[in-house]
Amino acid sequence: MDTNAKTSRGRFGVHGGQYIPETLMNAVIELEEAYNHYKNDPAFNQELTALLNDYAGRPSRLYYAEKMTKDLGGAKIYLKREDLNHTGSHKINNVLGQALLAKKMGKIRLIAETGAGQHGVATATAAALMGMECVVFMGKEDTERQALNVYRMKLLGADVIPVTTGTATLKDAVSEAMREWTNRIDDTHYCLGSVMGPHPFPTIVRDFQSVISKEIKAQMLEKEGRLPDAVIACVGGGSNAIGAFYHFIEDTAVRLIGCEAAGRGIDTFETAATISTGRLGIFHGMKSYFCQDEFGQIAPVYSISAGLDYPGVGPEHAWLHDTGRAEYVAITDDEAVNAFEYLSRTEGVIPAIESSHAVAYALKLAPTMDKDQIIVINISGRGDKDVAAIARYRGEELYE
Amino acid sequence: MSKIREAFRNGKAFVAFITCGDPDLENTVEVVKAAAKNGADLIELGIPFSDPTAEGPDIQGANLRALAGGVTTDKIFETVKEIRKTVSTPMVFMTYANVVYSYGIERFCKIASEIGMDGMILPDVPFEEKEEFAPTCRRYGLDFISLIVPTSHERIAMIAKEAEGFVYCVSSLGVTGDRGTITTDISAMTELVRKANPSIPCAVGFDISTPEQAKLMAQFADGVIVGSGIVRIVGQHGKNAAPYVGEYVKSMKDAIR
Repeated sequence: MDTNAKTSRGRFGVHGGQYIPETLMNAVIELEEAYNHYKNDPAFNQELTALLNDYAGRPSRLYYAEKMTKDLGGAKIYLKREDLNHTGSHKINNVLGQALLAKKMGKIRLIAETGAGQHGVATATAAALMGMECVVFMGKEDTERQALNVYRMKLLGADVIPVTTGTATLKDAVSEAMREWTNRIDDTHYCLGSVMGPHPFPTIVRDFQSVISKEIKAQMLEKEGRLPDAVIACVGGGSNAIGAFYHFIEDTAVRLIGCEAAGRGIDTFETAATISTGRLGIFHGMKSYFCQDEFGQIAPVYSISAGLDYPGVGPEHAWLHDTGRAEYVAITDDEAVNAFEYLSRTEGVIPAIESSHAVAYALKLAPTMDKDQIIVINISGRGDKDVAAIARYRGEELYE
Repeated sequence: MSKIREAFRNGKAFVAFITCGDPDLENTVEVVKAAAKNGADLIELGIPFSDPTAEGPDIQGANLRALAGGVTTDKIFETVKEIRKTVSTPMVFMTYANVVYSYGIERFCKIASEIGMDGMILPDVPFEEKEEFAPTCRRYGLDFISLIVPTSHERIAMIAKEAEGFVYCVSSLGVTGDRGTITTDISAMTELVRKANPSIPCAVGFDISTPEQAKLMAQFADGVIVGSGIVRIVGQHGKNAAPYVGEYVKSMKDAIR
């Protein structure tokens, strides 16, 4: 047991903490102080709510997927439509919060990492809106599989830096964004996109994303007069999942299910299922579970989904796993692609390949449940960005 | 008093950083011997990490070359035993938290101590997290080295008071690798350290690669640390690097004497 859990800040059980170079310590301390100030400031919250509602299009819909429900013949299925947000995913919730906070802190420049490009697009959007400079770091491999999002970011005025180090994917983009932040902490805010990294990021991002579960709860009570039996979300770093889970953590009758990317399977090396295959470790500023070798070298991970292609998981998820409050399951590329196609055909909703991992588990779970039970699937983003990649997965020569 | 303090008794100390296993461990033995023979007072042995977030391109490249060659923590321990047969210069490990944590902090420190290491530098373990590592290091006679940076300001006194071995003063923001000129006010940083802890030596690193820069920095500190400069020589000359590293170390030590 780690004795440190008691002393250092930002712990979720043994997980979390602030394992970062001294260079960044004053920056995260400054951020924590600013956040603690503004999170209770009525004017800040009013401004943020106005942005979320009028600009991002909140609250997002909670849609009863009747055809899917009937087809599966089990639990009643609702879709939380984060894909309908401005910029096409849940990422905008966090980005508007952090960009507003950064602006109040006097920062003029936002930097961000991105995997699928959704967080990069959201950050570039907020930067454009608020008149800030924006630089997005993206693994070179991801710039190729998500070329459309790269162009969107450029269109929005951001510089996109392809990262060629390491595996040239999301983890390397995070490393590079951290390096850039150490170079320019005075005028730059690192707008981290998931519930990961050093404290206070996992808490800040969770708070900004928790609007998802707050809305689900109210919408569910309004539509059904009760809470759902299960909430399902995909987990890479875990921001949409923690957002969908957070206000249900105390409601222990609600099952919380996170879907990790198994890639080609958790018994292969081509996987990104951290909780299924990882070990406790320290990386990217936090203690949590990581895919790594016996000497602590971070493993190259793989998933068809650029957004879930990350070797770690947010510390609060690691803790929810330890305590058994949330369950984590692994979904393969094949299962996710099938779910992607299923939801498109059945409900006319094309989900992001990331969110398709959550849909895939619902396809397994719903038939095992009673008709009076309810599942909410968080559709964290829309799948337009993935169409060409899925076509190629199916053997069609389609390029953007 | 730890052996590390001895490194600061021979005038201004020259601290050499060497990435273990770049390009292979046999070469590392030769490079360390050459550095020790030519005046290095303290040697930092880098255990490569897959994702060295505090390093610039030179040392990142060295880490990847070493890992690609199959270097592991256990093999590096064996290499240190080999080095210690002929080299008595104080040596510390520099690596990332996960390398030590995943090995088991206790197990790592025990072996490091047995094979003759004198300390440990973990750039991703700041003051706030050091209690997880430092007490175990202490128990095995290893100094847990603290870093201060130009933005540490009021944190310097807090860090210096609990510092062991020496204080690693980072001369610029950002990652390792020289940038031509050094603009930070190093003397102000080292003065704050001395005020809080008069007996702890200060060594300056992160931006130094030429004898002129070393001489300039040595005016304000008790030693200078060079990493990227040596790593670049090893990268350029590969298995024949040892004599070139020796020559370079000699020129640097002569400049600060």
